[in-house]
Amino acid sequence: MNLTQTCRALGGAECSMKFLLVEDNLDLANAVTSRMLMDGHVVDHAEKIEDAKLFSDTGEYDLILLDIMLPDGDGRSFLEHHRAKKRDTPVIVLTARSQVSDRISLLDLGADDYMTKPFDHAELQARVRAVLRRNHGSSQPVISVGDVSFDPVAGQMRVKGTPVKLRNRELRLFELLINAPNQIFSKQKLCDRLFTFDEDVSENAIEVYIGRLRKHLEPSSVTITTHRGLGYKLDPR
Amino acid sequence: MSDQRAGKVNTSGSLRNTLMISLIGGAVVLAVILYLVVRTYAAQIAQSTQDRILSASVTSILDAAAIRNDTLSVELPYSAFSILSTQADDRFFYALYQDGEFLSGYDRIIHIETPPGEVQFVSGRFDGSDLRMATAARRLVGGTERTTLSVTVAQTQESLAGVLNRISRNAALLGFGFFALMTLLSLWLTYATITPLTRLAASVQRRGAEDLRPVAAPVPAEMAPLVGALNSFMGRLSHSLNQSEEFIAEAAHRVRTPLATVRSYAETTLQRVDKLENRQALRSMVRAIDESSRAAGQLLDHAMITFRADHLNKEELNLTELTQELMQAMRPIAEMKDVELDLIASDTVYTEGDSILLQNALRNLIDNALKYAPFETAITIKVSANPAQVKVRDYGPGFPVDEIDELATRFRRGTNSEGIIGSGLGLTIAYDVATAHGGTLTLTNPAEGGACAILSL
Repeated sequence: MNLTQTCRALGGAECSMKFLLVEDNLDLANAVTSRMLMDGHVVDHAEKIEDAKLFSDTGEYDLILLDIMLPDGDGRSFLEHHRAKKRDTPVIVLTARSQVSDRISLLDLGADDYMTKPFDHAELQARVRAVLRRNHGSSQPVISVGDVSFDPVAGQMRVKGTPVKLRNRELRLFELLINAPNQIFSKQKLCDRLFTFDEDVSENAIEVYIGRLRKHLEPSSVTITTHRGLGYKLDPR
Repeated sequence: MSDQRAGKVNTSGSLRNTLMISLIGGAVVLAVILYLVVRTYAAQIAQSTQDRILSASVTSILDAAAIRNDTLSVELPYSAFSILSTQADDRFFYALYQDGEFLSGYDRIIHIETPPGEVQFVSGRFDGSDLRMATAARRLVGGTERTTLSVTVAQTQESLAGVLNRISRNAALLGFGFFALMTLLSLWLTYATITPLTRLAASVQRRGAEDLRPVAAPVPAEMAPLVGALNSFMGRLSHSLNQSEEFIAEAAHRVRTPLATVRSYAETTLQRVDKLENRQALRSMVRAIDESSRAAGQLLDHAMITFRADHLNKEELNLTELTQELMQAMRPIAEMKDVELDLIASDTVYTEGDSILLQNALRNLIDNALKYAPFETAITIKVSANPAQVKVRDYGPGFPVDEIDELATRFRRGTNSEGIIGSGLGLTIAYDVATAHGGTLTLTNPAEGGACAILSL
């Protein structure tokens, strides 16, 4: 059993979600955990189905990440246990198999989504957000800075109470900035978060999105300031 | 494909036909024999009846003969001829011979020498009619006279022929009835014998591609060895399939888990590294991992499709619903690129197909479109009926024009795919699935730009 990883706000991001990771491979678990911590999430790690049951029965999680091949059985048995207990914490299955038939049977068993290893963390986040949006369940509070508020699950930004429709990349960019107001993000860091690995974009591409966000924020007291050579930050003023 | 293969069984005649032909043939032979036996036996009985009457007639004439005053006197008794009268008005004749000399009667009928005490019967033709003759002789002794009296009585056979005709007709009816009954019996017998075989064949044929359970329904004892062999064969097949499935799953797990570890660390490290060359190295690493895992996944998918294409698990399905489910699964990936997935379809487009294969094919088409679609564009997915088809259209660079016909061949990659991860197997998979369903995959570049793939069933 692994102890609860304390939330270390790496990169200055706020502590946002609590995950239960069920994965028997320690290396992978550590890799995923450190990546999650970097995004400011809390991760509990269970190596076996037994531990996973204990964690999920006693703790409150926003989402469970479940490996399907575990030393003490098939992850499906955990899914069955979890659903039998009427827990509605969404589950995303991580598996090495990629067969469509597997996917269908897992979804039938009550998994909310499915990802094949190795997975892209940005995609994982996108799926987590989609699952949470579908389940309307999360402990995440709405973040407010000045007269701008942001609901991370719904992906909804409000300027002076008026909802603003953001594209996905604008939304992710804004989420990064609003999670750590007053922190300067380099173009490079923002690019890493916004673009996938198969997209070769120059760092200047980020300027387009910053420009759009500024336009959305125009009526508000909040601005995005440029810090030459360093990057951007959200300024509540 | 499988149907052709199954139809190519080497056959040596048909059990049903062999059984039917031998049973009905046997019935014909038996019916003919029955007819002949009954007819012959009845004819014999009828003949012997006539013979007894003729014999009685002859005997009564002989009995009436006596030697009086050294002279032979024969008084023909009335009864000797009255017993010969028949319904058919048969004619009859008689002749008396004394010591071989014609004495009285009708001398044109043949005389047969007969030793005394015996009755001889002869058949012959006379005056256009069949004739049956009985001849007997008697030695008479009286005083000094010793003489032998021979009497022949002949009768035409019209009445007998009538009787024989009736008997023949009845025997023929009997034979035919027997034949008809036997034929019905043969049909039933053949049906009863063949049914367990056809039932077994049907139950094996009805099975889905993955159903390798032993045959549980009871079969006749004679079929037990065959079914036993079939069961053990399916058992072995199922075992080895399970083993290879487990092996593939285990192998995938062993390979993909460390890849996932490397990828996660590479991603984490990338966020901490500033030096351009290090960053590029890390990015290349992640891309290589993605490429190898995608290729491995598609190879496995392709193998699965090749296997399933031989045993399509066809079912009635709603193509719109299937496409919607798939789009929901892919939407998070599309959102990351700010690409819209638009569906144009009526609520229900029913078709027959293997849902797992179709999902896989469509996923590859949409995946392909996602790879090439520029940011903030839309991918239009149109489901339509008659024929059931799904059109996936993106606004990317389009298919390379000079390669458009060969793109669906395994492992070919479009020349404009540089920088985009993919093994090129996706279109091959979609093409194979379409072919397995008797459909087509058409790739076009619409005039307004972009690429359009049409999976038609």
